[in-house]
Amino acid sequence: MSELATTRRWKRPPFIQNPTLRRGLWVGAAIYLALAFGTMEVNWERVAEGTERGQRFIAAFFPPDFVSRWDSIEEGIMESLWMTITSTVVGIILSVPVGLGAARNLSWRPVYLFCRGILAVSRTFPEIILAIFFVKLFGFGPFAGFLALSVGTIGFYGKLLAEDIEDMDPVQAEAIKAVGARWLQWLNYAVQPQVMPRMIGLGIYRLDINFRESAVVGIVGGGGIGATLLTAFDRYEFDSAAAILLIIIGIVMALEYTSGYIRKWVQ
Amino acid sequence: MLRIENLEKFYPTGDHALKSVHLEIPQGQVLALIGPSGAGKSTLIRCVNRLVEPTSGSVFLGDLELTHLGSSDLRHARSRMGMIFQEYALVERLSVMENVLSGRLGYVGFWRSFFRQFPQSDIDEAFELLERVGLDHMADKRADELSGGQRQRVGICRALIQNPDLLLVDEPTASLDPKTSRQIMRLICELCEERQLAAIINIHDVLLAQMFARRIVGLQHGTIVYDGPPEDLNPQVLTQIYGEEDWEATIEKVKDEDQELDSELVDNVTKLKPVS
Repeated sequence: MSELATTRRWKRPPFIQNPTLRRGLWVGAAIYLALAFGTMEVNWERVAEGTERGQRFIAAFFPPDFVSRWDSIEEGIMESLWMTITSTVVGIILSVPVGLGAARNLSWRPVYLFCRGILAVSRTFPEIILAIFFVKLFGFGPFAGFLALSVGTIGFYGKLLAEDIEDMDPVQAEAIKAVGARWLQWLNYAVQPQVMPRMIGLGIYRLDINFRESAVVGIVGGGGIGATLLTAFDRYEFDSAAAILLIIIGIVMALEYTSGYIRKWVQ
Repeated sequence: MLRIENLEKFYPTGDHALKSVHLEIPQGQVLALIGPSGAGKSTLIRCVNRLVEPTSGSVFLGDLELTHLGSSDLRHARSRMGMIFQEYALVERLSVMENVLSGRLGYVGFWRSFFRQFPQSDIDEAFELLERVGLDHMADKRADELSGGQRQRVGICRALIQNPDLLLVDEPTASLDPKTSRQIMRLICELCEERQLAAIINIHDVLLAQMFARRIVGLQHGTIVYDGPPEDLNPQVLTQIYGEEDWEATIEKVKDEDQELDSELVDNVTKLKPVS
């Protein structure tokens, strides 16, 4: 009975094994926080003033004015929507060969490195930098925005496609290879069914992203609703700006709902 | 039908998976390949259709040497060899019919297959095969809606619609319950009999192998250590293939079925090749 009396204790082993290092990190974090708060100078007078100004600023957004600038808002929205759709379609079409080449289990080494290079370059620059670049190359307007979003889409979609292909079930792919299928038939029968549902979902997600980004690229001259929004701010027409923001929110929410619905449907 | 000569396989990790394997299978023979996990069973059949590239040696399908074929000839050769997999390896998001018809990909051009416009004769054949395995009413179901046994039946149809000369079967029953396992093994063997197909069946269930195959080959560490009829499997042989264990229970059943076994036991032992 005496063995039963001794209870064996168990505690979850700590994440950092070395106790000195563990305690040292806690002490270091505490010192850092103390120093950080110590060096922060808060001018409470300015905070009070700013709060009041902020309230006035926000109040200027209400009520949103859809009417007085409706023509340019409508034009901006339509431009943005076209930019979104064309850049998503073109970007996805271009990203498919890049994505196939960038999947390690599909392509041979030089092609793999080349395609990974394309993806890395297009992913390095955020859409806004690409837009500035294309505005300089092709001038102001939605064409520059379209190019920026297309390149951004290639980087996004190509990388995720490549990764999805790398994660596919190799046995299904092996089975189709074993029946003597051609390479394209193999893609069509073994690879495509495995990656398709996720890629449709990601395509819609990218449509969503491209719409939001289309508002951003407009600010640097890439056309679309962003340009309209910038003009509204420049003219201090905050009520029109509020209307634009509400429309953007509305469209993003609509896309969100649709994408959720479609993703469930394709599974 | 199939002749394997001097087949060697080294994996890049340094594993010597196959050591100078010789094997000859005549038309219509069903051969069960038994052996412990890692013995090289899977590697052996994958070296035949070159899903795994053999390091050296030759494989003849009829008169055709397979190990040096270019990609287009290899595709043709592969379309003459049906393969059945352990985890069924159906493309899960394709329908049962598409999975069966995918067995014809080696004979159909890209655009026809892309638009699923297979020749009527292929479609008839597919329905006949599905009917044979009792799944014709499931043709438009998605493969991932089927149970394990049903999936393996579809896998069998996919292999047979290739109209192959040879079946390569990799652990067909490893993911199935005992009853379904027997049904699947019986089905494979019946179909091979009907169509005079040669088959290599990798299987680690010794009892099943003894029940269904007329020839057993035991593989151990990449070497063939036994090649003979199922009746000759005895504790010594099994110990040689798998290692020390109480084998009496495993072979009991077959002994009941075949009482003459004992008298043959002595010369059976002489048939064994030594372990290298």
